[in-house]
Amino acid sequence: MKKASFIAIAATATVMATSATAGTLDDVKAKGFIQCGVTTGLAGFAAPDNDGKWQGFDVDFCRSMSAAIFGDPDKVKYTPTTAKERFTALQSGEIDVLARNTTWTLSRDVNLGFEFVGVNYYDGQGFMVRKSLGVKSALELDGARVCLQSGTTTELNLADYFTANGMKYDSVLFDTADEVREAYMQDTCDVYTTDQSGLYAQRSVIANPEEHIVLPEIISKEPLGPLVRHGDNQWGDIARWTLNAMIATEEHNITSANAADLLANTKNPGIQRILGKSGDLGEQLGLDKAFAYNIVTMVGNYGESFSKHLGEGTPLNIARGLNAQWNKGGILYSPPMR
Amino acid sequence: MTTDVQGLGAGDSKLRDPRVRAVIYQVLVIAIFVAFVAYVGHNTAVNLEKRGIASGFGFLSQPSGFGIGIVLLMDYSSQTSTHFDVLLIGIINTLAVSLSGIFLATIIGFVFGVLRLSKNWVVNKIAAVYIEVVRNIPLLVQLLFWYFAVLGVMPLVKNSFTLGESFLINNRGIYFPSIIPTSGFWLIPVAMLVAIVLWVAIGKWARKRQDLTGETFPVFWAGLGVFIALPVIAAFVMGLPYDIGSPTLGRFNISGGWALEPEFLALLIGLAVYTGAFIAEIVRSGINSVSHGQTEAAHSLGIRPSRTMRLVILPQALRVIVPPLTSQYLNLVKNSSLATAIGYADITAIFAGTSLNQTGQAIEVIGITMLFYLSISLIISMFMNWYNKRIALVER
Repeated sequence: MKKASFIAIAATATVMATSATAGTLDDVKAKGFIQCGVTTGLAGFAAPDNDGKWQGFDVDFCRSMSAAIFGDPDKVKYTPTTAKERFTALQSGEIDVLARNTTWTLSRDVNLGFEFVGVNYYDGQGFMVRKSLGVKSALELDGARVCLQSGTTTELNLADYFTANGMKYDSVLFDTADEVREAYMQDTCDVYTTDQSGLYAQRSVIANPEEHIVLPEIISKEPLGPLVRHGDNQWGDIARWTLNAMIATEEHNITSANAADLLANTKNPGIQRILGKSGDLGEQLGLDKAFAYNIVTMVGNYGESFSKHLGEGTPLNIARGLNAQWNKGGILYSPPMR
Repeated sequence: MTTDVQGLGAGDSKLRDPRVRAVIYQVLVIAIFVAFVAYVGHNTAVNLEKRGIASGFGFLSQPSGFGIGIVLLMDYSSQTSTHFDVLLIGIINTLAVSLSGIFLATIIGFVFGVLRLSKNWVVNKIAAVYIEVVRNIPLLVQLLFWYFAVLGVMPLVKNSFTLGESFLINNRGIYFPSIIPTSGFWLIPVAMLVAIVLWVAIGKWARKRQDLTGETFPVFWAGLGVFIALPVIAAFVMGLPYDIGSPTLGRFNISGGWALEPEFLALLIGLAVYTGAFIAEIVRSGINSVSHGQTEAAHSLGIRPSRTMRLVILPQALRVIVPPLTSQYLNLVKNSSLATAIGYADITAIFAGTSLNQTGQAIEVIGITMLFYLSISLIISMFMNWYNKRIALVER
């Protein structure tokens, strides 16, 4: 009898545990931190620094969310995920938000049950080869052996591109970006393909980067952005407007340096609304009214984050290009914060 | 003398009967278990529905859209092939590496198991060092070692190591000439089949003759001779019905010919060497389990040492060897899923990896993958149990 009743109790407990669901914001506040899914390590986007602290452009998004919710950018725990694991981790609730240079596609948005909250990096797939091969264009790659990461849109684009151009290739798939780079460095493959930002990131950490060339062709659109689960609109809104706040503050020239001064002195009603001096934008989201102020002072605006981790002067040395503000020649565009 | 047996008095209910109670408890436990499974299943379905995650097996007929590095026995194109084809390729690739791994590991294991018992100090120690080193390093580390540290540092494609004209070794694999069938090729495989049948027949005849006359016959060499001679004769009869494709250096890679990719080789060698060490220990313990008196008795009858091993020791040792050997085979098949670390396209890497990621249907994909491993393991177990029964000691 003891055994039977133990099983009954265990079964009941499981039933109760699985049926209890609450809003993600409440859960996050209750546990006191955000569980944020990032890459297993991609220089510039998300990688632990020498002290083991996660740093990077995607990490800054997680920190911004933490600043917006807790008024403290460091209440984040990071879960490194491979390209293959990331979606299951988000679906199952293991992580609250995924900021892992993930391409926004229809089937991921719909079929996988996610909500992309915006685009934080406009990218496209490219190819990197050794200069010694003498290849000048991706159209010369017929018969090449290509190394890439499994579980990405990269695999699909690559197949499409080679088929469309009547070319053949051999693919070798690895789980993590580091394994792909290792195989490419050993010359097990001729070509390394991934999003161009990833190629620059990988080239920045290999020996003799000048011996490798990123080919000019961009064979796909890769709008990379953070995403959350379907079905919790409040949480989705918070993530979306965290990203938009980063972009909008740059657009309004609000930086970590001048935000305090602007909050005290500005007469510009748009800036007053963003910084929470007037209006109730923060309360509408269920956050503190100074949420955008916290983001920009504790993490920085979009441009500051970009130039700190990716821009000119960093090892990646990526130009803003498409990722410049809409009024500066790019397509970065935040809906109005009002 | 009418004292009741305790608990079985006329007025007591059937519930006091331990047999009845045992049945009731079992029914209860099963009912709770079934209810639990049904609840979890229902809960999963409802939650998938609520989050808008697709379910069902329709995805198997959708085009896969990605390329696969190693495709055997099938045609595959990223545009027309489906996720079901991906599953089949994954299964074929897993079976290819597992079965060749089992074959190789068994040979390595038996050789080193016997060497470990050698009276020659050097041979004995070499076997001991191999077994102790290999058994105590994690398999994943060994796979990375073979892939990156051994095969990865082979010569580059441009300066391949060549043997003759058409046998090349470089860090992208081992290349050798391929045989491209032309019309009339069918007779060669048929000849091979006939040769195998003949080989078995010769064996039966030789055994019968030995029983009658005591004379032995070199079955192995005769069989091998037939196995080589018949296809060669068939080839000449049909006027050499094949072309030879030799590997040639293209702009990037070697093309033409057959190739063993480094991903396959590293996984095969890694699995075989690793499992072989365990099998060697099993073989050694099996041989040790046969009393030394048996050897001495055989020797005193004038039986040569090699025959003693083959006819006296091994048949008895096998009874001890086979059951743990089975579990090593199962381990090898399951360990082949580490392929994903070194880029070999096994079922875990391409189906439970890429297909899962592209379709997002984790439950279905993982379910199918688990079912596959389970079936393969059960089939191997069944075969080994059958074999074990066949060689078991028949006692009266």
